[in-house]
Amino acid sequence: MAGRKLFKGNEAVAEAAVRAGCRYFFGYPITPQNEIPEYMSRRLPEVGGAFVQAESEVAAINMVYGAAGTGARVMTSSSSPGISLKQEGISYIAGADLPCLIVNMVRGGPGLGGIAPAQSDYFQATRGGGHGDYHLIVYAPASVQEMVDLTLGAYDVAERYRMPVMILGDGVLGQMMEPVSFPDQMAPDRPAPEWATRGARDGRTPRLINSIYLKPEELYKHNLDMAERFEKASANEVRYEEVLADDAELLLVAYGTTSRVCRAAIEKLRERGIKAGLFRPITVSPFPYDALSKRAKSAKAVLTVEMSMGQLVDDVKIAVAGAAPVHFFGTTGGVIPKASDIAEYAAGIVGEEVR
Amino acid sequence: MVEEIIIAGFGGQGVMIMGQLLSYAGMHEGKNVSWIPSYGPEMRGGTANCSVVISDEQIGSPIVAEPTTAIVMNRPSLDRFEPAVRPGGLLIYNSSLIDRAPERTDIRVIAVPANELALELGSDKVANMVVLGAYLKATGAVSEQAVRDCLSEVLPARRRELIPLNVKALARGAGLVS
Amino acid sequence: MKQVYSVPKSLRPVSTHYCPGCTHGIIHKLVAETIDELGVRDRAIGVASVGCSVFSYDYFDCDFQQAAHGRAPAVATGIRRTVPDAVVFTYQGDGDLASIGTAEIVHAAMRSENITVVFVNNAIYGMTGGQMAPTTMVGQRTTTSPEGRIKGLAGEPIRVSEMLATIPGATYVARVSTTSPAHIAKAKRAIKKAFEVQLAGGGFSLVECLSTCPTNWGMSPVEAMEWVDKNMIPYYPLGEFRTPEGGQTNG
Ligand SMILES: Cc1ncc(C[n+]2csc(CCOP(=O)(O)OP(=O)(O)O)c2C)c(N)n1
Ligand code: SF4
Repeated sequence: MAGRKLFKGNEAVAEAAVRAGCRYFFGYPITPQNEIPEYMSRRLPEVGGAFVQAESEVAAINMVYGAAGTGARVMTSSSSPGISLKQEGISYIAGADLPCLIVNMVRGGPGLGGIAPAQSDYFQATRGGGHGDYHLIVYAPASVQEMVDLTLGAYDVAERYRMPVMILGDGVLGQMMEPVSFPDQMAPDRPAPEWATRGARDGRTPRLINSIYLKPEELYKHNLDMAERFEKASANEVRYEEVLADDAELLLVAYGTTSRVCRAAIEKLRERGIKAGLFRPITVSPFPYDALSKRAKSAKAVLTVEMSMGQLVDDVKIAVAGAAPVHFFGTTGGVIPKASDIAEYAAGIVGEEVR
Repeated sequence: MVEEIIIAGFGGQGVMIMGQLLSYAGMHEGKNVSWIPSYGPEMRGGTANCSVVISDEQIGSPIVAEPTTAIVMNRPSLDRFEPAVRPGGLLIYNSSLIDRAPERTDIRVIAVPANELALELGSDKVANMVVLGAYLKATGAVSEQAVRDCLSEVLPARRRELIPLNVKALARGAGLVS
Repeated sequence: MKQVYSVPKSLRPVSTHYCPGCTHGIIHKLVAETIDELGVRDRAIGVASVGCSVFSYDYFDCDFQQAAHGRAPAVATGIRRTVPDAVVFTYQGDGDLASIGTAEIVHAAMRSENITVVFVNNAIYGMTGGQMAPTTMVGQRTTTSPEGRIKGLAGEPIRVSEMLATIPGATYVARVSTTSPAHIAKAKRAIKKAFEVQLAGGGFSLVECLSTCPTNWGMSPVEAMEWVDKNMIPYYPLGEFRTPEGGQTNG
């Protein structure tokens, strides 16, 4: 790793993708992620790749479909309203078993909403998002360096399970500058995968990239196969972090930017003698159900904190499964919760449940 | 040491650059740093602000709600951020452009007639550096030398010839603080 | 004292969020004057698009709906078909209309939807901070065409008025500029004519207004006006491309 550089989250995720072998970017401007396409428009020509500003997010994601179908490492990025438009294409990409990288720097919704950071696309990201029976692998980084590290490995994971990988950030993570280091080396070139459509040269049998299966039994089989691959990913790729969780009587659960605020809240709580800890999912799909389930057993109460009206909390309830009461603290519309407010709310719970 | 700073002013007053300079300097001194800007169309002509955290430890939250220091370059920013400063914290305000004195008595307040001093030096474009110099002297969050060393990294190419003036402005600001 | 300037009644007496020298303000005024003169403020329904003019509903003193990016002509269609005596207009930028919204605008024209489209072409994405638009000139630097728009990669700018003029349902299509008092007077006549076509039940009308974005072009307001005259008008000729009478006046 080379020395640390100060990087904006948006530019860092773009550079990390390039180091991971991304050579093609298709996108459309939207705040707060414009630095990603802007960076790629400068960077990709330097490494012999291509940047296309599409006419819309609908077009951009279908450009990704086409490029991914040729076996290329390809990326798109957007923010909430644009990701909604991409859902049709994401469903087709998942249905055609294509790997790719999608970044969502979430802003407040619904509708045009606002441009301030939010986590209200959690359901959309973790439940597939478009129509049909599929999942994405979704990473929720909490720092610029972690966003880089996850992006560096994203294509390998997407190709291993043949499904799209999404980086679920937010306005803060996109705009924030933190010191990061990148690997010196670019990912080595790799041969085109054995399913890629690059022309049936030298007499090889033609291949097809496709998601239509008119016979129910065949679609059944295909969806089952997708589900099995996601199951494997659930066994191998789940990631989470625990902070002061061992002796925690009150377990906070939060991801991304909110988890950073929760760290500060936990410090405040510990100063007051309240044993608080943090469980932070890094993969929100597949979700670390088992790990959280285990951890919740030693806690007296669980508090989910998120920038939405309650989405992550559903997964927390699934994991905790009644082992401890699950509380919820949410802010919405682009408002970031304050550490002091979280601590205050948490202390209230402790008064009721822990003591 | 943990410094949590909010820097605010009109777009064009150079508040983003001040924050970036602090962050670069902190990083070069081996500290942990984070910088978050306000963003979006409100930046055009409106007010802009950024949050900077400089810490010897790993940074928990980069979000600054109760700053240890607020640096305000115009009146709307004073009105907005004066109440937020942590008790015992520091408020530095640009008294050239702000027509009221801060009201808090539980914090340290430093008035910097930044535009006047910058004009004396030759250009009010470096008013931000005068204020930054005062901040560095008052807190020692990072060294003035580290900030000087980062100027060429942070300033856009077209403003590089202003580096000597920036250096003078930092020193002028520092001279205000005892 | 004789009053030489007055704010149209259909425009609220508030200051706008537009940057100094941005011609969105002039175009707002022309549309509002037209609504005043035609006496239709109480049945006008505007559709705001996504771009710097997203907040135009704060300025026009009539009913408004705000549409998703590019979809204003579809939203206007919904309004048109349900309120027969409404005067329906959209106000759209070039990213909104000529990029993400091409399908909606083409099909509204094809149906000869009885609406009026005010199309503001400033050759860039203003709201999002200066990315390339389909209307960006070849060689023009933007944040996503850092070396200038390259013809071989991004094509040549789309001429919306000429394209729509090929559609039989497009009853009135004109391109105007806002860079001089003479141009502004012509722009006003075109906008009024477009609304009159709608009032007469004539079908789809659109006025493309060449406009400035000094902020993202990195120019002073005066330089921006000159840039329109020098670079845009030669490529985007002014004139009427379709009229109800079937005539065409270019230049
Ligand atoms: C689906 C979707 N994609 C992207 C955006 C982001 N966005 C907001 S305004 C805009 C472009 C505005 O440009 P233009 O239409 O030319 O209007 P101007 O701001 O120049 O007046 C874009 C891409 C959005 N809001 N929704
Ligand atoms: S950014 Fe451009 S289009 Fe938007 S208000 Fe400013 S000058 Fe006008």
